[in-house]
Amino acid sequence: MYRWHKIWFNVRICKASSLLKSNNCSRSFSTGRYVRKDHITQDLEKQFKELRDKVTAALPGSDWSPIKLTHGLPPERVDIVIVGGGVIGWSIAYWLKNKVMSRDSLRVLLVEKDPTYSQASTVLSAGGIRQQFSLKENVQLSLASANFLKNINEHLGVVNEDPIDLQFNHSGYLFLASQASAHIIEENYVIQKEQGAKVMLLSPSKLKERFPCLNTDGVALASLGLENEGWFDPWTLLNAFRRKAMSMGVYQCFGEVTGFRCSTQNAETMDGDLLNIRRIKHVNVQMANSLEYQPVECAIVVNAAGAGSGKIAEMAGIGHGPKTSMMSIPLPVEPRKRFIYVVHCPEGPGLECPFLIDYSGVYLRREGLGGNYITGMSPEENEEPDCSNLDVDHDFFQEKVWPHLAHRVPAFEGLKVTGSWAGFYDYNTFDQNGIVGLHPLVNNMYFATGFSGHGLQHSPAVGRAVAELILDGGFKTIDLSAFDFRRVFNLEPMLESNIV
Amino acid sequence: MATSMLFQMRRYCPLVPCLTVARRHYASKPPSVFNKFLLQFNQRFLEVEYLIRLGNWFKTRDVRRKNVFYVYAQKKYGVNVAAAYCILKLGGGFRFAGQTQWFRSDTKGKFSFDFVNTPDCTIEEIDLSSTLINHDGLHNLTSQHNLRSLHLQGCPEVDDWFLSRLHVFGESLQELNLSHCPRITVGGLAALQHLRKLQKLDISSLPRLQNPGLVHILVEEMLPHCTVTGAEYDQGLQIQTDN
Ligand SMILES: Cc1cc2nc3c(=O)[nH]c(=O)nc-3n(C[C@H](O)[C@H](O)[C@H](O)COP(=O)(O)OP(=O)(O)OC[C@H]3O[C@@H](n4cnc5c(N)ncnc54)[C@H](O)[C@@H]3O)c2cc1C
Repeated sequence: MYRWHKIWFNVRICKASSLLKSNNCSRSFSTGRYVRKDHITQDLEKQFKELRDKVTAALPGSDWSPIKLTHGLPPERVDIVIVGGGVIGWSIAYWLKNKVMSRDSLRVLLVEKDPTYSQASTVLSAGGIRQQFSLKENVQLSLASANFLKNINEHLGVVNEDPIDLQFNHSGYLFLASQASAHIIEENYVIQKEQGAKVMLLSPSKLKERFPCLNTDGVALASLGLENEGWFDPWTLLNAFRRKAMSMGVYQCFGEVTGFRCSTQNAETMDGDLLNIRRIKHVNVQMANSLEYQPVECAIVVNAAGAGSGKIAEMAGIGHGPKTSMMSIPLPVEPRKRFIYVVHCPEGPGLECPFLIDYSGVYLRREGLGGNYITGMSPEENEEPDCSNLDVDHDFFQEKVWPHLAHRVPAFEGLKVTGSWAGFYDYNTFDQNGIVGLHPLVNNMYFATGFSGHGLQHSPAVGRAVAELILDGGFKTIDLSAFDFRRVFNLEPMLESNIV
Repeated sequence: MATSMLFQMRRYCPLVPCLTVARRHYASKPPSVFNKFLLQFNQRFLEVEYLIRLGNWFKTRDVRRKNVFYVYAQKKYGVNVAAAYCILKLGGGFRFAGQTQWFRSDTKGKFSFDFVNTPDCTIEEIDLSSTLINHDGLHNLTSQHNLRSLHLQGCPEVDDWFLSRLHVFGESLQELNLSHCPRITVGGLAALQHLRKLQKLDISSLPRLQNPGLVHILVEEMLPHCTVTGAEYDQGLQIQTDN
């Protein structure tokens, strides 16, 4: 049909221009008339063009609508607003839709402030997945996520798009322990085995045999992941979640959440304490590059803003309550800057290179096949770098990372730094573990944040857990009730010893 | 004029708005006519998502049926018989340790159940070339700790996750043939490092390897005691230097 329109318009335009040509002949006689005619034909042409554009726009396949809209404004009313479009946010969106197989009975809006993802930790991460954790919940989350990634095309495949290729590299994590920390690795090994993870302990001599390039001085014990460990491309996973969630009808909006409108209710506990219970009614979404903002009415808010989730919680009044109440406790998640350095070293370990985690905190993994590696480490608590920007501190590599690295893998004496970047950990200052669940006093804000450097690998399972919590009212597959916010109030940290 | 007409159309025909907004999210690549139709319906009815899933489910049904985990057989007859049954069901063949005779299914997929009588025999050699085995089916075989040789030539469902499970045979496997498997990439070959006893490995003709020559060298370095058959060393190297 479209083609016919085109031909039809073209004929009209031809006619118009032939009119113009015939006028050309009479030019010498009457210039005034020519100018007027020319004007008319131009006008005509312009109108044709406008009409043609309009018709094209109204045809199927374009996003034109008769009512003038600011492009990308979010809907005014939805059921669930997810704040933050990182991998956790999109995973939750996908699982919510997956559980309710209907387009409009559950309206989900995901708000992301940065369409380029320039600061999101998802795309700046090292992309590793491992089973070697010390808490059983974390091991379970990893196993479930590995299973998800294994069958990713069944879960996230979309008609008419290429199959997803995560570029998964199956090389296990190799944790090294000194004499002082060997017992921790042994304890963790027992927990991991119990949960069904495939891990192997290596003595220093075995270690030397398996990885001749390593210097085993000071190593008392090592543990190597055999299966379901390795690294992959985070951007592909994020995009796959996003593509699938959008095809299932999740609304996406590029804007920043700047505040909430809440209603407050007073309640009394059994002990007679007065409680201030809040409920978020509207989420204010400020559009990117404009002053326009739109309040979105919603029933549930999910805080998955990664490193920025502390701020989001603050907007809902969390951390600003009377001293004794739970409201006075802020969400203990803040950005912490971590550097990753890309180094080139042709003599380095080859295809067998594991994701090496030294007891000094330095980690190393291969990147591609051309003798490139990425490395880094977490700084001491009192030497945390400034988090206002994403600049890389190169002295940190020279002074802290390189000496340890060259000690462990002597081939790296002769390395060359070829690149570097920095990203923010969504760092939980309380116990370096995820916070998943409802806030007790803002009773429609769910958290899924604070994963402190292992959020990417847990995203598929965490998304499912949050969707279960919202739609089924409780955890069905993996019990994450230990990750509830209450532990912060009760001062009962869930300490994870394997934080990289 | 067009506007008011469209307004009216919108009022009287609820499908029109769905058609006008349908393709918003799919601007990247023009879909085929059938998929276009599906996509537009998908915007309206999520049930299409179900249909697509169902379609996929049917497509992969054969693979799933062939790779089920034979719990019942394992309980009743033991792990060895279950493994043998799984192999024959898939259309492969095997040889018990200490025997020279190969068990195979015939062209119609029929086989004799003689192996049920020897539940204590472990399997030494498995030939699953051109079968539909995948990582789920491998689960049936992981009990075979005496497995020496495994042939997986041209298996369409053998992928990197499959290779990452082969570590269970780390202490016994001596010969592995992975040639012509269309889904294997270098990320999976890295997992073969756990096969410390491997003496012969065939990784020739893997279409998804971008520079097979380089990968050949790297695999040889990773498994120093193993003879690796694969692409010529310079194959694909040229492309890499060009980049
Ligand atoms: C250097 C580095 C290495 C890492 N390595 C690994 C690893 O090997 N393995 C692993 O599993 N994990 C790793 N991680 C951790 C992992 O990247 C994170 O835990 C994970 O990506 C968190 O995902 P997210 O979706 O919660 O956060 P993000 O990806 O940061 O997404 C949050 C999003 O919220 C948006 N947002 C924030 N505030 C607002 C607002 N007010 N309104 C709207 N949107 C907002 C942001 O723009 C951002 O896009 C690493 C992290 C870093 C920094």
